[in-house]
Amino acid sequence: MPKSADRFLYNLAPFIIMIATFLAMAVLPFAKGLQTMDFDIGIFYVTAVSSIGVIGILIAGWSSNNKYSLIGAMRSGAQILSYELSVSLSLVTIIILAGSMQLSVIVESQRDSWFLFKGHIPSLIAFVIFLIAGTAETNRGPFDLAEAESELTAGFHTEYSGIKFAFFFLAEYINMFIVAAMATTVFLGGWMPLHFGSFESFNVVMDFIPPLVWFFMKVLGVIFLIMWFKWTFPRLRVDQILTLEWKYLLPINLVNILLMCLVVLTKFHL
Amino acid sequence: MSEIKEIIISSDKIHTDQYLVNMGPQHPSTHGVLRLLVRLEGEIVHHIQPHVGYIHSGIEKMCEAISYPQVIHLTDRMDYLSAHMNNEAVALCVENALQVEVPERVKYIRTIMDELSRLASHQLWWCVMGMDLGALTTFFYGLRDREHILDIFEETCGARMTLNYSLPGGVMFDIHPNFQKRVKEFIKEFKKKLPEYDQLLTGNVIFQERTKEIGYLSLEDAIAWGVTGPAGRGSGFSCDVRKHHPYSAYPLVQFEEKLDTRGDTFTRYRLRIEEMHESMHIIEQLIDNIPEGDYAVKMKGVVKLPEGEFYQRVESARGEFGVYIVSDGKKNPYRVKFRSPGFSNLFALNKMASGHKIADLVAIMSTLDLVIPDIDR
Repeated sequence: MPKSADRFLYNLAPFIIMIATFLAMAVLPFAKGLQTMDFDIGIFYVTAVSSIGVIGILIAGWSSNNKYSLIGAMRSGAQILSYELSVSLSLVTIIILAGSMQLSVIVESQRDSWFLFKGHIPSLIAFVIFLIAGTAETNRGPFDLAEAESELTAGFHTEYSGIKFAFFFLAEYINMFIVAAMATTVFLGGWMPLHFGSFESFNVVMDFIPPLVWFFMKVLGVIFLIMWFKWTFPRLRVDQILTLEWKYLLPINLVNILLMCLVVLTKFHL
Repeated sequence: MSEIKEIIISSDKIHTDQYLVNMGPQHPSTHGVLRLLVRLEGEIVHHIQPHVGYIHSGIEKMCEAISYPQVIHLTDRMDYLSAHMNNEAVALCVENALQVEVPERVKYIRTIMDELSRLASHQLWWCVMGMDLGALTTFFYGLRDREHILDIFEETCGARMTLNYSLPGGVMFDIHPNFQKRVKEFIKEFKKKLPEYDQLLTGNVIFQERTKEIGYLSLEDAIAWGVTGPAGRGSGFSCDVRKHHPYSAYPLVQFEEKLDTRGDTFTRYRLRIEEMHESMHIIEQLIDNIPEGDYAVKMKGVVKLPEGEFYQRVESARGEFGVYIVSDGKKNPYRVKFRSPGFSNLFALNKMASGHKIADLVAIMSTLDLVIPDIDR
């Protein structure tokens, strides 16, 4: 621990991040009934608790008394708060389609076709935005400004070592899992097997694969996508990241919600 | 601590909104023990003061105590990525002083090795450039291709990086029988791989947004600060030693000096990529025509330079590398001075990066392609 660090906050920060992360795990439906809690406001709960994490990052950056940490924390504060909007709004788009915020209901109503296909173009746009914003919210590349190892050495956790550092890292990867699991649950049918309307035999074969396997296959697929981004794309600059959110993603998202409303009202969906 | 105070006091008033950050000596993107004292306002860089000397090894002073052939072995510890160019510079300088004419074969071999070194150096630069900007795949692509060149080096002279291949009077060994075949294979393969570099990084929208119109260096500044190599040519400064003061087999080959006047980070990046194409072009012209003959002329056991001052410049992968030898007629030099491209290029950094963000500073530094032992020597 650095000499001039704020001891209490310095020790507290990793725990806040871990708590935020594990709270979000509570509502994820791994399979039918395999869910710790089934709120009727499941999605709202996930978005709410996952934003606690940013407080941990800000505290970690401030209490370390290191300039790199502080820059990283301020970047991450600006970034996560902005992208929270996009994540929530893209989820709202799907809530409109599903008519419920309860995760088990959302999965159940994707029995015939996943929401990604059901809502046509608005769903697709929402999915892409969710992936982008989700990557940004978990501080993964190309949005990993908060740690930006080539600029800020290790960003907000520069001064951490040992198990406290491990907590930050674990939280980052669990966050990635949560984003992938949410994308799976909300867009890709959760633990539901892949069904095509008229291919009866295909559907029966698909039913033989257990739901838990389906869930993890989809989640790992999304995680693969997110990791692929990180390894391929250069990192954005802090002003570009905010421009992307406020000038592009947010307006697109708002228009997209209107589109989805139209789709739902006209019963155009599958 | 005293330096930090000095800087704050030396400005008109004490800034409460600006702060100093020490980038380095341990920092991932300074690629070695370079320390930059950066004055920041939030994310914006206001002033950069490079502090060098953390890996100073006193090579110039050491040279005074050893004989000329031994000097060679110190030079490739400076810019270890253009080791062969450095070797060659000293060898040429000694040869010119003694007015020794080396066989044609030596000139061809040296030029091919020069260009292979340049390719290897630019490949590593490309890896690191991507990594500095956060794209990690580039690192694996670049190192994958660089490996072939290092294998060729290893087969030729036994070393992969610190070659010690050029000596006064020629090269240390003749080329390996496989040399021509392997170089041709590599060129053929790398011609296919180089467009991949463009697909992965050059064409990327994020990369272009990050680098275009960032880190502008005007022609006047480039000349004033002595910025050479691809960094200088990116500002329109025609400074290619291979063109202006040809040495070895460069007068015999056709190649273009790539110039651009835009002077931003992207231009410097693009020129280096184009230089790789040119390097391959040069090797292709030479590799089939290596003349038969000796690989070295017989030199005296003890090389003694006549009294006087001698200067030789070569184009290393980073810019103009110069060797200045003052001799008093003894077997060891009286004084040796190396003009290292990295040193001059580094100090233009303040001009280029002031007013940009921290992330841009890293990108700009990357296009200067700094090798710290080259700066500190």
